[in-house]
Amino acid sequence: MQKHTFTISLFAGIFLLTVLAQFGVINQYLVSVIMLMGVNIILSTSLNLVNGYMGEFSCGHGGFMCVGAYVSSVVTVLCFSKNHILGAPLLPPSLALLAFPLALAAGAAVAAVAGLVVAIPSFKTRGDYLAIITLAANYIVISAIDNMEIIGGPRGFMGMNATVNGMEGLLDIPWMLLWVLSGTVFTVWLLRRFVSSTLGKGVPAIAQDEIAAEIMSVDTNRMKLIAFMLSSGLAGLAGGLFAHILGYVNPHSFDIMKSTEVMVMVYLGGMGSLSGATLSAILFTVLLEVLRPLEIWKWVVIPLLLILLMQFRPEGIMGNKELSDLFPKLKKYYSFK
Amino acid sequence: MPLLEAKGLTRRFGGLIAVNDFNIELGEREMVALIGPNGAGKTTVFNLVSGFYQPSEGAITINGRDTRGMRPHQVTSLGVARTFQGIRLWGEMTVLDNIRVSQHYRAGYSLLDCFLRTKKYMIREKEIERVAWELLEAMELKEYALELPRNLSYGLQRRVEIARAMSLKPSLLLLDEPAAGLNSADVEGLIKLVRWIHDTFPVTIWMIEHQMKVVMSLCTRIKVVDFGATIADGTPEEIQNNPAVIKAYLGDDTI
Repeated sequence: MQKHTFTISLFAGIFLLTVLAQFGVINQYLVSVIMLMGVNIILSTSLNLVNGYMGEFSCGHGGFMCVGAYVSSVVTVLCFSKNHILGAPLLPPSLALLAFPLALAAGAAVAAVAGLVVAIPSFKTRGDYLAIITLAANYIVISAIDNMEIIGGPRGFMGMNATVNGMEGLLDIPWMLLWVLSGTVFTVWLLRRFVSSTLGKGVPAIAQDEIAAEIMSVDTNRMKLIAFMLSSGLAGLAGGLFAHILGYVNPHSFDIMKSTEVMVMVYLGGMGSLSGATLSAILFTVLLEVLRPLEIWKWVVIPLLLILLMQFRPEGIMGNKELSDLFPKLKKYYSFK
Repeated sequence: MPLLEAKGLTRRFGGLIAVNDFNIELGEREMVALIGPNGAGKTTVFNLVSGFYQPSEGAITINGRDTRGMRPHQVTSLGVARTFQGIRLWGEMTVLDNIRVSQHYRAGYSLLDCFLRTKKYMIREKEIERVAWELLEAMELKEYALELPRNLSYGLQRRVEIARAMSLKPSLLLLDEPAAGLNSADVEGLIKLVRWIHDTFPVTIWMIEHQMKVVMSLCTRIKVVDFGATIADGTPEEIQNNPAVIKAYLGDDTI
């Protein structure tokens, strides 16, 4: 029983949050901050797979998020909103609940495929050079969408609210909050299972000595493919959730600024630590909200924090340790497979 | 059929011929040395055999399989393991994990198995872990299983690296200067360890080594190379008395 304390309290927490949001105990502002936290956790843990565990420097995470956001939005808008492409919605709103996870999955899948743009060059290219490729990938995505008039180009794309309304029409509970929390738990669960397996440990082996990894029977190309595609796919999932939280997307919400934000979270939390990436995503979201009164000046304060962090704790809050390494007693309360 | 057969192996780097027409046949459970002065092309031969370089000319067959065009991890899964001149352990991973990751090629489960923790996954992971612990126990490394390699002494790191190579269950083990940087007590330990491995596992050992003490007490056959070409091949006694080897490498006392 004690072993399951963590799992039980996690699901109890999700349930409690949903109930509190349902009855308006926590207001809409708080709910949206919590949802942003979830999206940020997905982003930072998934980027951590590449920048932390694999030791590469991907600075184009926003691009993959963008792919996921647009693909899932286009799917739900075609299905459930009146649109200028097909006219009437394809499906009745009662199917929204069924179709939404599929749309999210489609966004994640296409984003994972987009990850190939970086994964394939990574077979031969490393370090700074690969970082430039990731930067290019980010720009390619943003510019491509900027030029696609059919999905709004630089003006952005909207109409996703119809899907959310469709779900709420079925049962009036805060669906988006539930989806975001489930997506977050799913992401951390998936990554945790991957990095703790012998298969997944091939990824840090590449970071620590790629030649030794290849000679010791690790198929490094396959591992890179898995790491980049998993990472970009999960970024796509975050994008899909983000788009449906806001009900509006604009290509420039996913530019290099977004990618930088995610990188800050990864380096703040500690490279190669899932709990670090989770904690730092929470901390960073709170920080952004606390500094909101500073308006645009917060972008002076936050990079300054980054400089201080690199000066005094370059390994991040957690280093490459997990919470359970620092507090071994925690192990009593969960049993992760 | 020989375990390893290299025929007319040549490797050029631009205008430099690092290895020139190198031939060798290794049978099962042999213990052979490759010696020669620095820069003679010894490590290049190992890099060719382990698939890290492709030969410019010639061919290598391992257990009858031509390895040309294979990537190193594919050559490794044919049963070739090696250690490196400088230690190349994964420094931020525990000794146990080092031994686990090197069993990658026979993990035998898919990514989906890994996500879903299927029965196949559980069985395979248990097996990998069992092999790792057994090997650590046998090689007297059990007490260091949860240490990071970078916190261990140089001699122990060498031992871990050999254990990691053995976790591949190789039929051919390449040791690239295993005694480099070891003190005399550690060298004695190494000789014992290599002999023990050779007696315990069905493995052919091929080593590059400068310390003649190690070579002479372990190997039954020695091949000497200089400037990429083979200058001698024979038993330790023959090599010790070969004038060409003495001139190029061993040196004579009459200066």
